[in-house]
Amino acid sequence: MSTEQFTKRGRINRRSLTHGFDPYLTGAVLGLLVIGTLLVYAATRSWYAANGLDPQYYLKRHIINILIGLFLALGTTLIDYRLLRAYTPIVWGIGVVGLIIVLIPGLGSEINGARAWISLPGGFQVQPAELAKISIIIGMSMILAERTHGSDQPTHKDVAQALLVAAIPILLILAQPDMGTILIISASVVVMIAVSGAPSRWVVGLLILALVGGFTAVKVGVVSEYQLKRLQSFVDPTADPQSSGYQLRQSRITIGSGGFVGKGLFNGPQTNGRFVPEQQTDFIFTVAGEELGFLGSAGILLLFFLILVRGFRIARRSQDPFGRLVCTGVIAWFAFQAFENIGMTMGVMPMTGVPLPFLSYGGSSMFVNLIGVGLLQNIHARQRG
Amino acid sequence: MNQRVRLNMLVTQVLIISLMLALFGRLFYLQVGAGPRYRDAALSIQSRDIVNPAVRGLIVDSSGVPLALNQVGLAVTVDRSITDKQTDKGIGVLTRTAKLLGLRFTDVYRHTRLCGELPVGDQAGCWTGTRYQPIPITKSADPDRALQIVERADLFPGIDAMPVAVRNYPGIDGVNAAHVLGYVGPLTESDLNATDGAHYYRSESIGKAGLEYQYDSFLRGTPGIRTVIVDRKEAVTKESQNTPSIPGDHLVTSLDVTLQASTERALADAVSRARSIGYRADGGAAIVMDVKTGRILALASYPTYDPNIWEKGLTVKQAKDLFSEATGVPALTRPLQGQYAPASTFKAVSLVAAANAGYDLNASYSCPAQVTVGDRDFQNFESKAQGRLTMKKAIAISCDTIWYQIAYDEWVRDGGLSPKSNANDYFFAAARGFQVAKKTGIDLPSESVGRLPDRQWHTDWYNANKNYFCNYQSRASKKELTPFLIALAKENCIDGDKIRGGDAVNFSIGQGDTLLTPLKLTQMYAAIANGGTLWQPTVGRAVVKADGTVVQEITPTVLGKLPASKTTLDFLRGALREVVVSGTAAATFSGFPLSVSGKTGTAEVFGLNTNGTKKDNTSWFASFAPSEKPRYAVVVMVSQGGFGASTSAVGVRKIYETLFGVTGSTVDPKKAVFPDGPPTKLPKISATTKVVKK
Repeated sequence: MSTEQFTKRGRINRRSLTHGFDPYLTGAVLGLLVIGTLLVYAATRSWYAANGLDPQYYLKRHIINILIGLFLALGTTLIDYRLLRAYTPIVWGIGVVGLIIVLIPGLGSEINGARAWISLPGGFQVQPAELAKISIIIGMSMILAERTHGSDQPTHKDVAQALLVAAIPILLILAQPDMGTILIISASVVVMIAVSGAPSRWVVGLLILALVGGFTAVKVGVVSEYQLKRLQSFVDPTADPQSSGYQLRQSRITIGSGGFVGKGLFNGPQTNGRFVPEQQTDFIFTVAGEELGFLGSAGILLLFFLILVRGFRIARRSQDPFGRLVCTGVIAWFAFQAFENIGMTMGVMPMTGVPLPFLSYGGSSMFVNLIGVGLLQNIHARQRG
Repeated sequence: MNQRVRLNMLVTQVLIISLMLALFGRLFYLQVGAGPRYRDAALSIQSRDIVNPAVRGLIVDSSGVPLALNQVGLAVTVDRSITDKQTDKGIGVLTRTAKLLGLRFTDVYRHTRLCGELPVGDQAGCWTGTRYQPIPITKSADPDRALQIVERADLFPGIDAMPVAVRNYPGIDGVNAAHVLGYVGPLTESDLNATDGAHYYRSESIGKAGLEYQYDSFLRGTPGIRTVIVDRKEAVTKESQNTPSIPGDHLVTSLDVTLQASTERALADAVSRARSIGYRADGGAAIVMDVKTGRILALASYPTYDPNIWEKGLTVKQAKDLFSEATGVPALTRPLQGQYAPASTFKAVSLVAAANAGYDLNASYSCPAQVTVGDRDFQNFESKAQGRLTMKKAIAISCDTIWYQIAYDEWVRDGGLSPKSNANDYFFAAARGFQVAKKTGIDLPSESVGRLPDRQWHTDWYNANKNYFCNYQSRASKKELTPFLIALAKENCIDGDKIRGGDAVNFSIGQGDTLLTPLKLTQMYAAIANGGTLWQPTVGRAVVKADGTVVQEITPTVLGKLPASKTTLDFLRGALREVVVSGTAAATFSGFPLSVSGKTGTAEVFGLNTNGTKKDNTSWFASFAPSEKPRYAVVVMVSQGGFGASTSAVGVRKIYETLFGVTGSTVDPKKAVFPDGPPTKLPKISATTKVVKK
């Protein structure tokens, strides 16, 4: 993807694309997309074939999702991110409306105890909470980057406004409830406040709030029984052998049994026997663990590592606070989501239903992840010097 | 960017990078550190071993006639993992199943309980296997009824019917041989955890008693294992290995179906004859041994039971009866597990002792009605004075008082109550030479050992019991505080560790504390017959593969030589012949066309039966024949059977009739069980071999 390609079509302001795309970031993301495609196929082919279904069902849909996602990512890079600020209220507004629609019975569908999906004609489903991640990051960045009082850093009022921008979607997601997404968004919010230059007491206060909030959520019962079960099975994997605990144990066994070199792609008996439920979505990392072994799984971690390192580099070099905040927000989101997901499959994080960026099957997640990468590239491409 | 923003950026990067490093660490631990453990865990999730049991080897007699074979039965099984989850714990379905099969619910219920689930002491009929396998409630279900179970699976959840291999003891020619053959049964937890290196599979049956137990490692074979890889729905996706089962080896025994059946009948007849004249006759044993090899040709125990009841599904009553005193404990293998005082049959040992001590066997000795030792009178058995007798005659008519005198004299010579350090102990030495206190070493499990009450035994016994006897008044129960028992306790307290005159006297006629198994006595008489060689008795002759190749021949082993000169043994054999010619067994064998040698024994038994009556005498007849060229030793014992001659000797005569082909007073050598002696060649093995009628 060179910048020339786009200039030929005359759709890109050449002056603002001084750097082009970060090739390492591009390479790492494409690498993960390829690996993810293979893993999704590996996770579904034999089970679907054994049950008389099209073994390539998921493979085909996954590839379509990737193509749509890449298209969206490219689109994201087209508009100068500095102009993106103008659209921020619209992006944020769409996200919030989506989250409201999902809660309306008849429009939103409930899966695994959470109202997180809007069913569309043709069997497609969208998950507004995914889009909300982008909305929150851009919305907060806009407010925190505004320097209304000529100050070098956000005032208390700015921070309060930014938190309000985040709080509305978070509360709506809490109503679904989708604790995994809330966890990831909250962590990203704290990081964004911290790097915005806001007074330190905000950061400290938010951390305390997170702890108290988490504690009361469990105590008061905001967290549903379904959530509690998942949390419990994290603490004691034998508590509910038929469901969450079973899944966690199978997940760990599947990864562990891969050993150093793995069983070979498409050759994992745990994967082919479908012992880990939801393997092509939230537990895609177990396929890598079993079939590609430590070498392959560590390779995936390294690619994530590379994405994060390059993301931070873009953030550091960003010319303006808005770009820096968006970058940091996106990176924090990727990092926490990857950590939560992979940590869950290996039994070091509680079980929440978040997909692994770039690898898991699932349209909404794939789209917003690639839009996030688009944002990073957008900012990279428009850096000076 | 100001300082704080820079710092916060740095902190954020460090935090996020450490999260990634933590994932690396965890990944390394799971896949490299704990990898092998998880690999095993995964394997146990994915793979299933399907055990295809091996066909158990046959047990055949010396001419190839099957004693144990396999049949196909229809088993109805209960899967506890399903029935236990039903709201009524499976009571309903078990009731329906019992009704359908015409079984008693209590039997079905108990069969499906693990032994540990039933109270101790009331576990008869319990399942000795594990909870994780289908538990058979019968293996001989009626096909029509079993079909209903399969067709109406909704009415019988957790119940299944399937064809299984059933061990069958065909009982050809009416043979029983339950005690020799033993039986097979499910594995127990302790079998599975056995440390003897044996590797079992849960669904296997193993030998539990008798030859089935002794030769189990040969008979069992190796089950075939099909390992399959399954998916989450337990659907088989792949076969990872498939080893065919290897059928078990056959066991050729030295038993003969015709002789065994005849021996069993002779023993049962002896018991009923004793009962008909008023004796309690609560059990018996009969053994036929080849004196040249020690091979067992027939071995019977009374009372017996149907060996097929185990596989048919023991009812609770059957299980209790096997070990009940009221039914005579049929499970006890009396020939090798029962211990009895040998009485006069033991005089063969005493005669060797006397010869070794220098007594002239050709001299005459007086046989008074009684001999006084210390303050007690020891009576001749029939309390009759016989005047002076030759030693031969004394054996023939079974004079006791001769032995009292000799034993007492020797006891005095050895120092009496203050024994010399170099005491000769001719009697004990002779008994040791006959290996009285050693097991015969027969290839059957759970053999009991006899008791030789020599000086060491008395010392040990005294050390174990002196506290009791020396505090008898306070330790004994009220019922036991009779003047006689108090006096006896006092005596035992004072010098219970010593061989007293009375002990020596009792020992010489096989009474007192001396105990033997019938098999041990058979081994001793076989040695007398064959010139002094003590053979290790064997039932198994050879282990033969399904294709006919011999895996192992069980060769006779010599355990020792009798401590007697040829002259002594010649004299002894002559005296034993005289018993049958003119002595205690003469009437029983009158008109018998072949020469038999033997000795009667009538042992007094102390103690009471459970109903309070005094115990009747043990009846013995130990023998060998033909007298001139002995080949077979035959011993019959009937406990509480009365006189040796009238009860046991008659049984022995019947066994010889079959052995030699005797009808009345004529011999037809062609009708003999072994016209040319016990077979030396191994027979062809087939489940359909028939007995050759003579």
